[in-house]
Amino acid sequence: MCGIVGLHLKNSGLEARLGELVVPMLDVLASRGPDSTGVAIYCHDVSPGEAKYSLCAPEDDYNWGGYAVQLEEELASPVALRRRGRDAVVVSHATPPLVMAAIQKVDPRVRFFGHGSAIEVYKDVGPAIEVCTRYGVASMAGYQAIGHTRMATESAVTIEHSHPFAAGSDLALVHNGSFSNHASIRRDLVDLGVVFDTDNDSEVAARFIDYQMSHGSDLADAMQGVLKGFDGFFTLLVATEDSIAVVRDSFACKPMVVAETDDYVAVASEYVALADLPGIEKADVFEPMPEELYTWPA
Amino acid sequence: MASLTALELNCSELSVRAVNAAMRELPDGAVVNITEPRGRHNLAVGLSNKLQITIVGNAGYFVGGLCDGPDIVVDGFVGWSVGENLMSGSLRVRGNASECAGASAHGGVVVIEGDASSRAGISLKGGTIAIAGDVGHMSGFMAQAGTLLIGGDAGESLGDSLYEAVIYVGGKIRSLGADARIEELTAEDVERITDLVRLTGFSHVSPEDLRKVASARHLYNFDALKDQKY
Repeated sequence: MCGIVGLHLKNSGLEARLGELVVPMLDVLASRGPDSTGVAIYCHDVSPGEAKYSLCAPEDDYNWGGYAVQLEEELASPVALRRRGRDAVVVSHATPPLVMAAIQKVDPRVRFFGHGSAIEVYKDVGPAIEVCTRYGVASMAGYQAIGHTRMATESAVTIEHSHPFAAGSDLALVHNGSFSNHASIRRDLVDLGVVFDTDNDSEVAARFIDYQMSHGSDLADAMQGVLKGFDGFFTLLVATEDSIAVVRDSFACKPMVVAETDDYVAVASEYVALADLPGIEKADVFEPMPEELYTWPA
Repeated sequence: MASLTALELNCSELSVRAVNAAMRELPDGAVVNITEPRGRHNLAVGLSNKLQITIVGNAGYFVGGLCDGPDIVVDGFVGWSVGENLMSGSLRVRGNASECAGASAHGGVVVIEGDASSRAGISLKGGTIAIAGDVGHMSGFMAQAGTLLIGGDAGESLGDSLYEAVIYVGGKIRSLGADARIEELTAEDVERITDLVRLTGFSHVSPEDLRKVASARHLYNFDALKDQKY
């Protein structure tokens, strides 16, 4: 199964409440995916030229203070550290390849879940309410979020195998379904130099889209590439810095409901996840068609 | 709109099971408002008493499924398989419907005032489904008997492997499925559509301008000599 949710706010007055709106959406869909939960929150709260790096602690009482000092030494420039539950977000103005190399060098046990000027990724094993409480998701502000509740079907239940997969800068993907030809696409991407974190099928789609987008494609082209190249069942929700997009395979057997108001665009596997959103009774609610790309803002 | 004299069953206070059990005990003619449906699945399923039910808001999967009597109005959107295996009575959805609207309906009428998604009327077994707007792909797949009226456009593979069910389309058809073909409207077809337009209130549908999709019946019998491959 798996549950997916997305919320893109048009009304900036709601931004302080983003986390508070997203947590109930995920909680309701825990029935579709109790194994693990994850969320990508988009918030512009760093200076131009800076980027955020979402890091996952290797153990509960990890020494983040010491880690930040080592990272600063390695980068020879200051970093800001923001603790989130057990995990942390590091803010740095060094170039992303430099920071990612430093993260790998300072402590390879620290997992790196994504980076960008807006994105923060939190994911963990456990049902939605537990994971969201662990990281304080309800108190997070931002202008858009995508999230996932996982019922694992094709790879292990670990933190790394949880969604979202944030393959590129400010790019995140959540997936309901399963790909049948992910191994061959993975081999093609590996031959092109793409590096994977896991053996998860959804990560292949995330890496594929990132590869296409970092080689000249826009999001629409990359998603068309998914429709053309990927076999299997999928409803995909992808977020970039300024938009969210949905695409479903030709069978469209993995559900998706879209609700749009003047204040937001919300998507979820089932309408139950949208029922608590403000003004939902006035929303235009529909199910997206197969093999059509929907992007918001349009 | 919800009736003021109706019994109110609020989904924020009651489980779906409690809501359905309460309705099962009501006498014929009772009027029920189901409030705050909040996308719940399986609302008003398996009822055989002649109730007037209004679901005030957006509902989930299988609304009104297996029913044999009630008239149900959903003042909102419905999820997958609204009116699945409907036996008799009616269902009217004021908003859009997700996939498999009216799947396997044996009787009764399912009216969708908005769009329906993929596989509307799949395996229809004698019921009537009328959709004011568009339908998604594989609609009417393997429909055995009954009528599917589509006021708007139809997606790919409309009427694939049809048996005796008939489909009428007001808008564009992206493609026909295997063994489906366009046939001339007969006087009986126009009469049937006229009745349906009156029943549904689909004033945008003009009966003479619809296209009829029915089975070419080439798949009815297995042809052992076809292509000489066997």
